Amino acid sequence: MDWTPRTTPRPSAVFDEFSLSEIRRAAATGIYDIRGGGAKRKVPHFDDLLFLGASVSRYPLEGYREKCATDVWLGTRFAEKPIHIKIPITIAGMSFGSLSAQAKEALGRGASQVGTSTTTGDGGMTEEERHHSTLLVYQLLPSRYGMNPDDLRRADAIEIVVGQGAKPGGGGMLLGQKISDRVAEMRTLPKDIDQRSACRHPDWTGPDDLEIKIEELREITDWQKPIYVKVGASRPFYDTALAVKAGADVIVLDGMQGGTAATQEVFIEHVGLPILGAIRPAVQALQDLGMHRKVQLIVSGGIRNGADVAKALALGADAVSIGTAALVALGDNDPAFEEEYRKLGTTAGCYDDWHEGRDPAGITTQDPELAARLDPALAGRRLANYLSVLTLEAQTIARACGKSHLRNLEPEDLVALTVEAAAMAKVPLAGTDWIPGT
Amino acid sequence: MPEIDLGTTPLRELNAALHRLSPDTNESHWIVDHPEGRHAIAAGLAVPITVEINGPVGYYCAGMNKLATVLIHGSAGVGVAENMMSGFVHVTGDASQSAGATGRGGLLRIDGNASSRCGISMKGIDIVVKGSVGHMSAFMAQAGNLVVFGDAGEALGDSIYEARLFVRGKVKGLGADCIEKEMRDEHKQALHNVLERAGFDGQIDPDEFKRYGSARKLYNFKVDNAGAY
Ligand SMILES: Cc1cc2nc3c(=O)[nH]c(=O)nc-3n(C[C@H](O)[C@H](O)[C@H](O)COP(=O)(O)O)c2cc1C
Repeated sequence: MDWTPRTTPRPSAVFDEFSLSEIRRAAATGIYDIRGGGAKRKVPHFDDLLFLGASVSRYPLEGYREKCATDVWLGTRFAEKPIHIKIPITIAGMSFGSLSAQAKEALGRGASQVGTSTTTGDGGMTEEERHHSTLLVYQLLPSRYGMNPDDLRRADAIEIVVGQGAKPGGGGMLLGQKISDRVAEMRTLPKDIDQRSACRHPDWTGPDDLEIKIEELREITDWQKPIYVKVGASRPFYDTALAVKAGADVIVLDGMQGGTAATQEVFIEHVGLPILGAIRPAVQALQDLGMHRKVQLIVSGGIRNGADVAKALALGADAVSIGTAALVALGDNDPAFEEEYRKLGTTAGCYDDWHEGRDPAGITTQDPELAARLDPALAGRRLANYLSVLTLEAQTIARACGKSHLRNLEPEDLVALTVEAAAMAKVPLAGTDWIPGT
Repeated sequence: MPEIDLGTTPLRELNAALHRLSPDTNESHWIVDHPEGRHAIAAGLAVPITVEINGPVGYYCAGMNKLATVLIHGSAGVGVAENMMSGFVHVTGDASQSAGATGRGGLLRIDGNASSRCGISMKGIDIVVKGSVGHMSAFMAQAGNLVVFGDAGEALGDSIYEARLFVRGKVKGLGADCIEKEMRDEHKQALHNVLERAGFDGQIDPDEFKRYGSARKLYNFKVDNAGAY
């Protein structure tokens, strides 16, 4: 018998299926891949942490009976009118342009129903979102699209965007397909062109200038509004310290898992820190300056459930911010649209061509027919439900740890499942008293 | 005519007083003395008044100005009239970087030179500079007119959109996607109008200027332009 045993066909761990498809795509098109969403690969995250709960030496609070408060004040350092959110979860800045007007309205409705804030984005403030958001944070970005003093004054807080977790050091882009008349007009640009947003602010560079820029914004708004500074997680210790020195009321720290509307895949996956590794250095900077809790810290990037919220707070954040999860709550990537996702060459749960504007769920689009599919009232209700669940879940954990306020969660309540997470979060490896690096 | 001495009155008091004014105020002409380079002087004005500042100002003077006229008898720091919406800002001296940055309307006149990034990301403002402008001026300029009597530095109009640039002197270099364009009658008329509004009616000949604007080649991502992104 002339039979040679064959080895099983073996896919390469290095040249895996995705890498091969990307090589073929690049070879065919000559341009990098652009997509929405955040980092998709596995990086150390909140899942690598566990709460200890109560024990003989720590007693819990009665679930459903004993109070566990959830509110947060933001902007107490300098602002005459700090804002008070009822839950420690805010809606992150997502631009009108990247999102439909209906989606922006739904975000406002959902956030307002549970007493929290929402945020504008790279493209200015729309009437819909101002009208439907009880608390609205107005972003000042390098592009300054739509920026004007009237909106600045009718905002409840101002967020200077230095960077975003998905692309620290990168600007933005909105491809021609998504430039409707209204979007073009708000941005003072022609229709149908690919709009780029600069990566650096046009009128300041460096921390000393930032301090003066903040002073100007305070003067224009008569020192009433809290001023946030948003940074992508890259050098969180120094960025936090410098933002505090520049006079920020609130620091927003966005990890690499954080979503984006449209960025190069290579940027999303290879630049910036996972949020897990960024919180402790930022908190350390605040503590070193005697500013922890005086300058509030909001963290974001891959927050999905109440456990993530609780863990972020236990590591020292005052609140978290959500982007992707909020869109999913509105209806993004819903299996109900599977047939349409298939036509777009993808499947529910994986759809990330948000820049193309063909979103079957009507969220990341400017196509009037698609956008009309999203009912802002219903979608807003779903978001409110989801935010309530996040809060209830975080409270469940906090009570089990004996805390009467979510902000009382602390690193001592946590252990890590992996050495990496232990080192990043600076909590002991589970079952040991070992914190790597200490 | 209210006269405020910033040597003795805190800036906050001045700006708060200016912000409290109603559009029909009869306190429509203010004098500010001893600015001494303070930042954000007369920032965020929203009514049609005139503020005259006697001396040099720091960063962001007249920032986000609406309707007001701000006369700076001296030089201006970074970002004078940044994001101006309307009105008129006049600097008799030189201006530092990013003069008129992201401005959406109104007119900024600078009698001296303006440093780098003059008119960066401008969105409808008109800027007239009697002297020269530094490098990267009109970077990503979207709309409005930048008029330069003197020379322009390197990379003028890099990644420009629909703004119009008029330069009388030499241009050291044009940025990506910025080209010299034909000066047609409509452009001469537009330039004439800007000059007239800036107070140079009949003194300057539009024919002496060259016009620069977007080649519109980078408006949509194309493989062949990859090197320019
Ligand atoms: C569709 C979309 C648009 C966004 N637009 C902006 C923006 O305009 N400005 C900004 O600072 N961040 C923007 N972001 C980032 C979010 O503000 C936030 O940092 C991020 O979504 C948080 O991470 P998460 O998506 O994992 O919750 C955007 C994110 C998404 C998903």
